[in-house]
Amino acid sequence: MADCGEPDGPGNKDDITRSKNEGKELTKEEKQRLRKQKKHQKKQKERKNEKGPSETEKDKTPVSLLPPPQPVATQKAPSALPAPASAPIPVPASAPFHSSPAPSPADKPAKSKAELKAERRARQETDRAAKQPGSSSSGIKTKVPLSELNPVVKRLPEHVQVDDPAVVKRLAKKLERQQIPLRSDYGYKVSLFSHLHQYSRKAPLTQLLSIPSTVIHPSIVRLGLQYSQGIVAGSNARSVALLHAFKQVIRDYTTPPNEELSRDLVNKLKPYISFLNQCRPLSASMGNAIKYIKKEISNIPSQCKEEEAKTKLLTCIDRYIEEKIVLAAKAISKYAIEKISDGDVILVYGYSSLVNNILCEAFEKSRKFRVIVVDSRPRLEGREALRRLVQRGISCTYVLISALSYILPEVSKVFLGAHALLANGYVMSRVGTSQIALVARTYNVPVLVCCETYKFCERVQTDSFVSNELDDPDDLMVTRKGKTQLENWQDVSSLGLLNLVYDVTPPDFVDLVITDLGMIPCTSVPVVLRVKNLDQ
Amino acid sequence: MPGADKETDLTERIEAFLADLKRGGSGTGPLRGSGEMARETTYLLRRITAQARWSSAGDLMEIIRNEGRRMTAAQPSETTVGNMVRRVLKIIREEYARSRGSSEETEQQESLHKLLTAGELSEETFREHFVHLKANVIEAINELLTELDGTTDNIAMQALEHIHSNEVIMTVGRSRTVEAFLKDAARKRKFHVIVAECAPFCQGHEMATGLSKVGIETTVIADAAIFAVMSRVNKVIIGTQTVLANGGLRAVNGTHSVALAARHHSTPLIICAPMFKLSPQFPNEEDTFHKFVSPHEVLPFTAGEILSKVNVHCPVFDYVPPELITLFISNIGGNAPSYIYRLMSELYHPEDHKL
Repeated sequence: MADCGEPDGPGNKDDITRSKNEGKELTKEEKQRLRKQKKHQKKQKERKNEKGPSETEKDKTPVSLLPPPQPVATQKAPSALPAPASAPIPVPASAPFHSSPAPSPADKPAKSKAELKAERRARQETDRAAKQPGSSSSGIKTKVPLSELNPVVKRLPEHVQVDDPAVVKRLAKKLERQQIPLRSDYGYKVSLFSHLHQYSRKAPLTQLLSIPSTVIHPSIVRLGLQYSQGIVAGSNARSVALLHAFKQVIRDYTTPPNEELSRDLVNKLKPYISFLNQCRPLSASMGNAIKYIKKEISNIPSQCKEEEAKTKLLTCIDRYIEEKIVLAAKAISKYAIEKISDGDVILVYGYSSLVNNILCEAFEKSRKFRVIVVDSRPRLEGREALRRLVQRGISCTYVLISALSYILPEVSKVFLGAHALLANGYVMSRVGTSQIALVARTYNVPVLVCCETYKFCERVQTDSFVSNELDDPDDLMVTRKGKTQLENWQDVSSLGLLNLVYDVTPPDFVDLVITDLGMIPCTSVPVVLRVKNLDQ
Repeated sequence: MPGADKETDLTERIEAFLADLKRGGSGTGPLRGSGEMARETTYLLRRITAQARWSSAGDLMEIIRNEGRRMTAAQPSETTVGNMVRRVLKIIREEYARSRGSSEETEQQESLHKLLTAGELSEETFREHFVHLKANVIEAINELLTELDGTTDNIAMQALEHIHSNEVIMTVGRSRTVEAFLKDAARKRKFHVIVAECAPFCQGHEMATGLSKVGIETTVIADAAIFAVMSRVNKVIIGTQTVLANGGLRAVNGTHSVALAARHHSTPLIICAPMFKLSPQFPNEEDTFHKFVSPHEVLPFTAGEILSKVNVHCPVFDYVPPELITLFISNIGGNAPSYIYRLMSELYHPEDHKL
């Protein structure tokens, strides 16, 4: 968690930092709430000073009072751990105070509704704080109560609310404030997907930017263009490119006077992220990487010098890439190679960097197998996979996804890559993956999904409609024998083209998920997520 | 000599037909629908009946059987040709039986009692000469032709019984029967059609443009998205190339995935197939079931060096087992797949199953 390793100083910043550590960003409501609580605590402290210290059954650990200039109180663990490990919530101190004044309403004026709300929230926060695993109570309680698990309902992301005009207006205002152009939708959208964006590749966002762009760093502009044109594709590639671009941003960053690096850099990153989101909706892996970076930046202590802070951040990012992507791939290959035996016929779909890695390593360890690459229009990513495998000398067969029923009787195993693994066990991957898993299950062929843990995501989804990405519909057009049937599809009002990018595979089609933590069944994803959250 | 002229004329026509079959099947000639193929075959058979030299029903059947073998050998995947030949053979048998005056039903061979008591109905019995046999046979073939002409309309007329309003219907590739079916329903009902494009030939695009021109809300999706979209589909209506004797299908590739996805979501799978597509073949002959076309459709020559190092397959057909099918809609009405064997016994004589 606090990898600064040094005792924190007093300050609001730490508390907000630690709230961020819990994995949620402060929304406007939470900021308001914090402000109210601070006000309330000031009042309570005055009252407390009248009454004297009181202990309540709620409070398991003694509460230390900080001097008045400090508006928030920190909870000290009984084993007297250093302050960084203590709970971040600014409110726990007020909890014991609430219980004491409650039975004596005559002493104080009637509480306003806001104060009551603040009290309730304070109580919630105490409960949560008392159960922080970083504190010493980890030995006491191993089971986390339900109230802590999802304390805040996550706000719905904007990119799945395109049909709500209020949300669209809000986004436009936000982008205007950040001086980022708004990308407009293209073409007729199928009614089932009117809640999603549909952009055209021929109109990239960068055309609408002024040159030189003063708001957006040039490496981010280049990255955005690479995303929207499909030059950088695939979740690992996109994450790595994003992290490298952020490294460049950090290198070029200078703290403006009277600002703290930890807060200002995070604010600088926000418009970049909006810009990249406009170019192409962020993937789950990119989302996790961004969360990590923001957390690292916020953890920089205020007295850290700028150069030192920047080098630290750069090494953090390098370490993230090394651990979560490169080493994870090695670990997954090691596990997966155990599953490949001589004489196997392995089916892969599209281009997954991880699966390709596994096959190349298995081939180097002289396993004898052959590969069937299944591909689909309009992306035809399988050709890239085919090229790389053939270069290594692996014997390959190539078919389109419509020939799946013909080729499956020959297949002994199916290896699939994933874009993200959702918390309810569903696998989100390139469109067509679920079809392959379905037909493979019919022919009783084992389906193995390979996925690094940094792609695990807390979302849940049961179908491919509610949250997806719509690619350029013009990609579906094809010219055969000199004729393009769908050339004028825009002119025909009742004709729509649908180019989906992702789909979700139900967990009963998947036999095994190979991750860097080991081989787990699909339904164990929420367990891994919880372990990850506790570690952090 | 008029006789000789007629004969050479006839042989010319037969040769031209065979050449057309060979060309049309390899994908280079114009792609013709099975309905057209069936009609052409029947015209040719009628011409053979009219112009060839034969004295008894047995002779005629021999001639037609020979020609039929040649035609099916020219293009084995075009099963309608063989089906029409078998229909005509059955017509000849029936007319012969009627001319003889015996009221034998065609089911007689299926009764065990009859089998023991009556003995075989051997070819010798077809040796009698009847004056009006030729005229009767030609008249029956004409009736067959009228039936063929009306199949698409007959199927389309049943559309309103199966499609309600605000439905989402999925279809695969291009089928003239299904197109007519949906267009007929669109006259009175509003519904939405999702067309899977069916790579590599992408015939779904033509289907989609055809449907959208009459105002049906159409969406074209890639083959890979079939399972993703299937949860919102109410019915899957597809056409097929052949209906096999066990009720299974030999349809365009990708249909098996559609059928499996439909079964997973418990969506009914409806096949619109006219009766002339019903073939007495079974799907067990692996080597004759599949047909392949040039793999450059899948991996074009522009891919370069790797072409020599990989195997590329481009199968044209898919087998769909009868368990996945809900309903067959044909010109004689709707039927379950388990009833197909019965329909087949009405259309073809068991001795004609193997030409």
